[in-house]
Amino acid sequence: MKPRDDSERIVITGVGLTAPNGNNLAEYRQALLNGVSGVVPYEVRYFGKTLAGLCNCDVTKYRSRREVRRGTRAGSIAAFCVGEAIADSGLDWESFPKDSVGVYIGVTEHGNVETENEIYQIKQYDYDCAYWSHHHNPRTVANNPAGEVTLSFGVTGPHYTLGAACAAGNAGIIQGVQQLRLGEVDLAFAGGVSESVHTFGIFAAFHAQGALARHDDPTKASRPFDVDRNGIVVSEGGCVYVLERLSDAKKRGAKIYGEILGYGMNSDATDFVLPNAERQAQCVRKALRNAGLAPEDIDIVNTHATATHAGDAIEIQALRDVFADAKKTYINNTKSFIGHAMGAAGVLELAGNLPSFNDGVVHPTINVDNLDPECEIRNLVMNKPLEVGSVRTILNNSFGMVGINAVTIVGKYEGD
Amino acid sequence: MAVTVEEIKKSIIDILLGFDDTIDPESIKEDVPFREQLELDSMDMLDIVLALRQRYRLPIHESDYVHLQTMKSTVEYLLPLLNKAE
Repeated sequence: MKPRDDSERIVITGVGLTAPNGNNLAEYRQALLNGVSGVVPYEVRYFGKTLAGLCNCDVTKYRSRREVRRGTRAGSIAAFCVGEAIADSGLDWESFPKDSVGVYIGVTEHGNVETENEIYQIKQYDYDCAYWSHHHNPRTVANNPAGEVTLSFGVTGPHYTLGAACAAGNAGIIQGVQQLRLGEVDLAFAGGVSESVHTFGIFAAFHAQGALARHDDPTKASRPFDVDRNGIVVSEGGCVYVLERLSDAKKRGAKIYGEILGYGMNSDATDFVLPNAERQAQCVRKALRNAGLAPEDIDIVNTHATATHAGDAIEIQALRDVFADAKKTYINNTKSFIGHAMGAAGVLELAGNLPSFNDGVVHPTINVDNLDPECEIRNLVMNKPLEVGSVRTILNNSFGMVGINAVTIVGKYEGD
Repeated sequence: MAVTVEEIKKSIIDILLGFDDTIDPESIKEDVPFREQLELDSMDMLDIVLALRQRYRLPIHESDYVHLQTMKSTVEYLLPLLNKAE
């Protein structure tokens, strides 16, 4: 593959995040290395008691109380993440041309929280539409979380969300990379957010599907690959990256977390809910081709596995196929700590692994007491972090309902 | 029992504090439009209308929004309506 020019190479120069076990990258990474879960008991309207991952970031750090009140939880999470990412990037934001910035935020769904709340409200008034909120439309338009970022930071370049189920975070990154390469923008805020824990619908639907996690100890509820796994822990979260061209990052002497070496997206076209191992394998291979890498070149595969019976085994089947000869590729999972942060999942999980480029440690997948034989795979890092010395590449899987797959590959930036 | 001017004022202040809990109720001037003294915009004004509707279960028509600009005009508008409803 012809080497890319610096103006076509896209790098991560800032990270802003909120996860159930940390509100910045250092805190979050420490939690992942110390085995700290973010899952807690939770109660939601109509559904009742369950478990969830909740975020406690200060949403008024980068926006006024009024903006928080007027906007959505997803918008506030996105604005917090962008504020943190800007601060982390060292950009001179005040003088940066705001019309050359794009905002690309992945969402699993949007509008359900507001609609459920409003229906609940109007029920108190016998469903009289005179009591319906004028906030309904601006809060539920699909671009809302990305649009709220533009309002809070004065961005006048393009903004939209990427609706891609649980592959949305990676879809956000991919969109950012593509728009930078096309020259549409000079800086991208790319990532994903989720406010889904504030709807009862998502809990009730996973429960109806037999795919909602339960456990006496909340911290042990999210247990991908364990033989006793019983489903998903729904979580809140957000993660936004500052992406820019390597040429621009070099010019301003930016700190570089890593380079987006490649990506792949495809569709299963087989089932509304059940994933498809063959298509997942095709998607991973597509990303490898795009990056000009072989499976043996990947140091860490961060799995999507959500702790459902079928899903975990299917993903492992795909990985066994692609990485059959990759003896030095380590496999881990981040949902075992934070649950499933939906639209934020892919980006948060990637973020949790980025520090491996510097510390050479692979964070584990926790809560594997008895590994399911169907989930056995070489080099699965279980329960304790593993020091592997050098990590130069991370492949991040994200798969979503109705059959959408998105894979990103990030490489350590080691200069020229 | 009749609704008093003070009760209506308190309701309005509660609504405004719900928007911004840093507002000093003592500082609200009776004759100055809320939008000018409290930096409210059109969406906030609609929030006030919705909150009043919900609180008093009162239909407030769009043509009457003009009466909800200041503390004084809002009280003058609501007082007869609420006491009529009683």
